[in-house]
Amino acid sequence: MSRFMPSEVHALPGADASPAEVRNPGTPLDLDLVRAVQANTSAIERRAATLPGRRSVKKDWQAAWLLRAITLIDLTTLSGDDTPGRVRRLCAKAANPVRQDILDALGMPPIHTGAVCVYHEMVPVAVEALRGTGIPVAAVSTGFPAGLSPFRLRVAEIEESVKAGAAEIDIVISRRHVLTGDWQALYDEMRQFRQACGDAHVKAILATGELGTLRNVARASHVCMMAGADFIKTSTGKESVNATLPVTLTMVRAIRAYHEATGHRVGYKPAGGISKAKDALTYLALIKDELGDRWLRPDLFRFGASSLLGDIERQLEHHVTGRYSAANRHPTG
Amino acid sequence: MNVRDIFKTMEYGPAPESAVEAQAWLESHGRRFGCFIGGAFTEPGETFASRNPATGEELAQVTQATQGDVDVAVKAARKAQGDWAKDHHRRARVLYALARLVQKQSRLFAVLETLDNGKPIRESRDIDIPLVARHFYYHAGMAQLMPTELPDRQPLGVCGQIVPWNFPLLMLAWKVAPALAMGNTVVLKPAEYTSLTALLFADLSREAGVPPGVLNIVTGDGRPGEMIVAAEVDKIAFTGSTSVGRRIREATAGRGIPLTLELGGKSPYIVFDDADLDSAIEGLVDAIWFNQGQVCCAGSRLLVQESVAETFHTKLKRRMDTLRVGDPLDKAIDVGAVVDPVQLKAITEMVEGSAGEVHRANVEIPEGCFYPPTLITGLAPSDRLMQEEIFGPVLVSTTFRTPAEAVQLANDTRYGLAATLWTENVNLALDVAPKLAAGVVWVNATNLFDAAAPFGGVRESGFGREGGWIGLDAYTKPAARAPKPQRIEPFPAPKGGDIGHGPLDRTAKLYIGGKQARPDGGYSRAIWSPKGRLLGHASLANRKDVRNAVEAARGAASWSRTTGHARAQILYYLAENLSARADEFAARLRDMTGTKGETEVAASIDRLFTAAAWADKLDGRAAGVPVRGVALAMHAPVGVIGALCPSSTPLLGLVAVLAPALAMGNCVVAVASEPFPLAATDFYLVLETSDVPAGVANILTGSHSELAPTLAGHLDVDAVWSFGDAEANVVERKAAGNLKRTWLAAEPDVPAREALGHATEVRTIWIPYGEG
Repeated sequence: MSRFMPSEVHALPGADASPAEVRNPGTPLDLDLVRAVQANTSAIERRAATLPGRRSVKKDWQAAWLLRAITLIDLTTLSGDDTPGRVRRLCAKAANPVRQDILDALGMPPIHTGAVCVYHEMVPVAVEALRGTGIPVAAVSTGFPAGLSPFRLRVAEIEESVKAGAAEIDIVISRRHVLTGDWQALYDEMRQFRQACGDAHVKAILATGELGTLRNVARASHVCMMAGADFIKTSTGKESVNATLPVTLTMVRAIRAYHEATGHRVGYKPAGGISKAKDALTYLALIKDELGDRWLRPDLFRFGASSLLGDIERQLEHHVTGRYSAANRHPTG
Repeated sequence: MNVRDIFKTMEYGPAPESAVEAQAWLESHGRRFGCFIGGAFTEPGETFASRNPATGEELAQVTQATQGDVDVAVKAARKAQGDWAKDHHRRARVLYALARLVQKQSRLFAVLETLDNGKPIRESRDIDIPLVARHFYYHAGMAQLMPTELPDRQPLGVCGQIVPWNFPLLMLAWKVAPALAMGNTVVLKPAEYTSLTALLFADLSREAGVPPGVLNIVTGDGRPGEMIVAAEVDKIAFTGSTSVGRRIREATAGRGIPLTLELGGKSPYIVFDDADLDSAIEGLVDAIWFNQGQVCCAGSRLLVQESVAETFHTKLKRRMDTLRVGDPLDKAIDVGAVVDPVQLKAITEMVEGSAGEVHRANVEIPEGCFYPPTLITGLAPSDRLMQEEIFGPVLVSTTFRTPAEAVQLANDTRYGLAATLWTENVNLALDVAPKLAAGVVWVNATNLFDAAAPFGGVRESGFGREGGWIGLDAYTKPAARAPKPQRIEPFPAPKGGDIGHGPLDRTAKLYIGGKQARPDGGYSRAIWSPKGRLLGHASLANRKDVRNAVEAARGAASWSRTTGHARAQILYYLAENLSARADEFAARLRDMTGTKGETEVAASIDRLFTAAAWADKLDGRAAGVPVRGVALAMHAPVGVIGALCPSSTPLLGLVAVLAPALAMGNCVVAVASEPFPLAATDFYLVLETSDVPAGVANILTGSHSELAPTLAGHLDVDAVWSFGDAEANVVERKAAGNLKRTWLAAEPDVPAREALGHATEVRTIWIPYGEG
């Protein structure tokens, strides 16, 4: 379990390689810090409400930012009716997310999405389909989405997915540990998930829509980072409320505080509900301003999204041609 | 920069808002503007350039209004006022149309505002203009409700209004909407740097059906402003600097026209150690780097608890570096241009003289009229920059140890406009908020504004409120006509003959700090009955007695923290004890004035009962503001009130001052009726036997004309009331010193709610909430 996985896995296609990031090793559980965490909901909501109006990215900048957004997408399918064929189509799209003529018009080299994200059973198909592309496969795990299967099986599921070739594991935390304030249990669980991942990077899904308060979101973020999460992620996409800007601000501030305290950078993945190019730009500006440019790379930021890519493709064609685009002009995934 | 490069760097690019429409409107007027009078633009006269501060580009030539222009404007307003006041529903329709018009042309207004003022387009688009529309909507409703909800109020007439350059159209809306709603007409002068949106508003107002003469705009520098102040107007409303506000107070002294002054500030921004620090920092960005810090209520004085000060300053400096300074028309700019090179120079010079540690944001600053976001730490409260308004993007900071020290430092200022506090502890928040000397307090938020939430200051930040129901007081007056104050001379000493001899001599001293005190000067005056009988002697207080009385009143400030219930008990007790001595007082009144005293004594007892009744019932309001939270318009005492009691009604005149003032928690220094002071001196015994704490009510006797200047000029007196004709001018001129509130009338015995209003400050406490 001690294989070294080079961080080049996360290198940004078409751009300079990211400086190798030392994985977050975690820290001892600091309960004083966890309990002192504050998150003023109304202030966070007001800030979030003004964010889309504070930043605007236009013309070439918009096109460039949207291309960057594509490289940060975990192109995802998490449906009960997924089949190998469906996953192979998605992988093909991940490797060629934008029409060549559009890339040419923009003067861009080939790009690909940040990862493809599937259930365990689809991991081997995806690994096979993506071989040679440099695109990692992410597997949702640990009894996704509820996380209520036997703990032993949840750990085993991680190990199986890693064995099957998943380079990234998206685990779900036990919401009950947050809701009962059992931070030690959350920490221990996360520690073991991390350990089971080995060299695969672990994204901790907080299921923020089920945590009740932003204060809980902030506390859970800190505990998961202390326990060694490489990423913290908002949602499974299956809760009734998924990624929102207030939740994002809360989690991103936790990441910043953790970095200031430990020097370790933890990644962020909003998932669910981000389907418009404009939303993606707002998120990127938020990350740029709150965390800095270093976080705008796939080793530290991902969009968990399925329909976002389609809207970005249409916006890019509009940028190139000056005409509003249509969905059927872009190959499906 | 090509797409591939930007893809690598992820830089921000330009995102300019188009100015084409705004420039076209300026072109359509030939870039030359006259004044807007009687529903039409006048021919441009002598003009000056209005410039875009971000580029220095001339936008238009604007007329320097002359005395003739102001005269014609006032005349037009006067002519239109009677008709305009007639139909409330018509006014509601017009105000509604104005609100819609602002919304329909919102981008044009926003772009023109940004061109003219230099503020970021995000602010003019997302804050200024929506608040303008909201203000007109809200007051359309007020016009509609006026006859049913304010049946005892009537319009003032013609209102002279002078607005500043920091929120040009928003300040116009704050002044114009309530004035028009209440049936007044307006002559308004925008600031010389920023006249254009007012002219656009006037231009479009015709489409909303504003009748000619109802809204008049005269442009120019301070001179036409002075002309408006001097003109035959019925009201002056001013927002701007404290120094100009003081000059307006002096210039209008004794003219009997109501005044609203919204002036400067050095508002504290308090961060307790349990605050959500990241949110408090974003709040600070919106406090001091909003509109380049050119905001009267800017949270410009950071007070941070010592235990988190270092962390907070580190986080703050990091945040400052992500502010984007530049072209105000760019949609991704946080800090735009300072309004004028003159202002830039003033900011620069103030900061250069600072003894503190100056940290400037590490950001690119364009050439021209721009100033970097700046933090100055290590200052003591005594440093000039901790006390004086900078009116730029410059934050000063100091630390505190305890909540009590936070309050002390926060209130250590001549100003009292706004205050902000951040804590997650509801006990701490609700304890500290009312202790802050400020007209507006924001809890875990900053710079929230709404038409329903009263805004305005205390101390040298001015007086009067804009917004909410209380804001309508500034544009209405009681429907009954107030009588002229009358001066009554004391009865003369008899010319020779037997002056009779009374019972054992009772020496009437002064009543200061709960004790009877001999006058400092050692002089007294004989008081004669109408028939020439010697009734006794009254002390002649001098300025030192005023000083001592004010000191005693200030020392009794804990009265303001007693409950309304407790104050009611004491007022009832006063009534009870006065009632027990009713015959004695009636006789005293008859002896002094020659008229029967029973009615006056009965009326005095009645007024004490009324005040006692109100003491625990003058509830504040929870204003319906469009955020998740409440804006509590709370009633607070004014503080120390100095009152010159009327000559007539020697007892009722005193009781009508004391009763409402004490009921609301104020402490009083009252100067008794000059010709008939002995009812007041008899009243000492009533006060002494009724559990009124020492210093809450202080009574002086003596010459009003001698005492008025000292009392009105005293810088530790918060309001001065005068019910004598002779002192009006002096009182209001002297009151300009610390811009204390004034109440000048024929007599204090007015309907209770009106008197209580003079005894009350409205403090708006915004408490947003939510957890989820």
